[in-house]
Amino acid sequence: MLRVENLTKHYRGAGKNVRALDAVSLAVGPGEFVAVQGPSGCGKTTLLLAAGGLLRPDAGRVAIAGEDPYAFSPEARARFRASRVGFVFQQFHLVPYLTVLDNILAPSLASPSANAPARARELMAHVGLADRAAHVPAELSTGERQRVALARALLNCPGLLLADEPTGNLDPASAKVVLGHLAEFAAAGGAVLLVTHDPLAAEYAGRAVKMACGRLVD
Amino acid sequence: MNIWRLVAKEIAYRKLNFGLAVLAVLVAVACLVGELTLLRAHEIRAERLSSAQDARTRHMVDRLTDDYRVITKQLGYNVLVLPARQDLGRFYAQGYATETMPEEYARRLAESRLVTVQHLLPSLQEKLEWPEHKFPIVLMGTRGEVPQGRRDPKEALQPPVAKGTMIVGAVLKERLGLDVGSRATLLGRTFTVAKVHPPRGTEDDVTVWIDLAEAQALRGQAGRINAILALSCICGEATPEGIRREVTRALDNDVQVLELAPQAATRRAARIRADEHAKEAVASQEAGHEELRLVREALASWIIPLVVVGCVVWVGVLALGNARERRGEVGILRAIGLRSRQILAVFLTKAVLVGLAGGAVGYAIGFGVAAAWDGREAAGGDVVGLAALFSAGLLAGAVILAPLLTAVASLVPAVLAARQDPAVVLREE
Repeated sequence: MLRVENLTKHYRGAGKNVRALDAVSLAVGPGEFVAVQGPSGCGKTTLLLAAGGLLRPDAGRVAIAGEDPYAFSPEARARFRASRVGFVFQQFHLVPYLTVLDNILAPSLASPSANAPARARELMAHVGLADRAAHVPAELSTGERQRVALARALLNCPGLLLADEPTGNLDPASAKVVLGHLAEFAAAGGAVLLVTHDPLAAEYAGRAVKMACGRLVD
Repeated sequence: MNIWRLVAKEIAYRKLNFGLAVLAVLVAVACLVGELTLLRAHEIRAERLSSAQDARTRHMVDRLTDDYRVITKQLGYNVLVLPARQDLGRFYAQGYATETMPEEYARRLAESRLVTVQHLLPSLQEKLEWPEHKFPIVLMGTRGEVPQGRRDPKEALQPPVAKGTMIVGAVLKERLGLDVGSRATLLGRTFTVAKVHPPRGTEDDVTVWIDLAEAQALRGQAGRINAILALSCICGEATPEGIRREVTRALDNDVQVLELAPQAATRRAARIRADEHAKEAVASQEAGHEELRLVREALASWIIPLVVVGCVVWVGVLALGNARERRGEVGILRAIGLRSRQILAVFLTKAVLVGLAGGAVGYAIGFGVAAAWDGREAAGGDVVGLAALFSAGLLAGAVILAPLLTAVASLVPAVLAARQDPAVVLREE
């Protein structure tokens, strides 16, 4: 489902040149849950953004379902992302003025679908938020917010789920719920790439790789 | 879920931002509409005043014209009919005609088809020394007006002097001690003074009026007169030449006719002058209105651009602040697949809604304030009225131009938001 080959990415600033990714290669197949572990600043988030078609690498290749998102125009890449990739972030990134239901439906703005509302309600029920449809993020706990973000990521039935420290702001119980859903997604045939420094998260993954200084070390 | 819902929810969430932006547009549109509506009111009122003044002037000139027509008709021309043989040089030098003509001419003139002469006064006049008093006088024999048979009787301008009586001027009273009731002998005949005229400052002050027949007898001029005063002559040809021609023809060319006073011409000139004055007054009033309009336009020419530019800057700053505030939101929307033009549409849709709301409400407020202001200026007088003040074009302009303006003002912030890199935003957050 996801294949990255020799990904290299530098961040160039005033007098600084940081190599965030150094020839990273990785593959995540359907039904596979891969966790990338490493300390802060080792390049995990950069790997995830580059793999998700959000951050063009300086070198190397990304293939999602066999297609290179960076071969597309920015608009086409956005459409590709909307239909093939789901994102879950540590900060949830929910739209503060939209209700739970509307937040889950947000990807349908990019990829409209007639059954999106039904799918959103189904996902809400699946993540245990059926009774919170009309609530806004400020009225939810952090665990609930992350479950909303997870449901949003799953709305368009992507084949690949990219999760960046999804449990970083959660209590252990909520973290387990979220990780359980990720594992469930993988078990259903989806591919999950999780970047985290949480040892617990790695326990849910079928495979864990370590990263340091922009390289996979395991 | 669609863009409209997203925009509506965001507006509801950030009411202050939306409200301040609407307020800016509202103020700009209200100023613009108010100023233009007041200018419109001013133009309408100026036009009305000008029309009313024109109508008043036309009415006044018409009335004046009619008045002068009546006056001219009533007064006509005053002419003096003298014997044809009279040498005018001697007439002017001596002050009376030395030649005579038949008294019957007065009757013929009265009975002729000349309907233009309103009053006919035949007289026998002579300057002589009053022998009994050794005092120079003007002796005036008069019979009053000659009745004009076929016509309505006119009020007599000069009543006849009764036989055996005389009327004297003020100087004669003073110098000769003549007064009403006193008796005086003139050329051997005794008369009773019937009336003394007050001082006139003319030859009348030394004039003695007696009955024409008695004067003719005293001067040995039985049946003769030396002048006919024809007053208020109006004829088909209302010119001195026409009257002269008609009178002369009526008396077999045995007379000559002198025009005494060209009143009609004078009054025509006065009427023209009055007309000119009225037109000058209208022009002056119109110039005043034009000057006021120019002042208001000059004021509007810098206030309106100032307010509009201020509004654009203010809306732009608010849009920029809104874009910065929504950076994370835009980042995630871009990450989950929204295209940059959709983000642009989100910001521009909001800007258009700001413009529509501000434009509509601003128009209502601007129009209302201008109408109230106009009513106050008119102070219950010539209020222009809402229907006349209302301009569909201005309303359309407000609700079309205001959204365009806000869209332009929000364009740069919207483009910046749409073009921001979601990866950068997500990494930073």
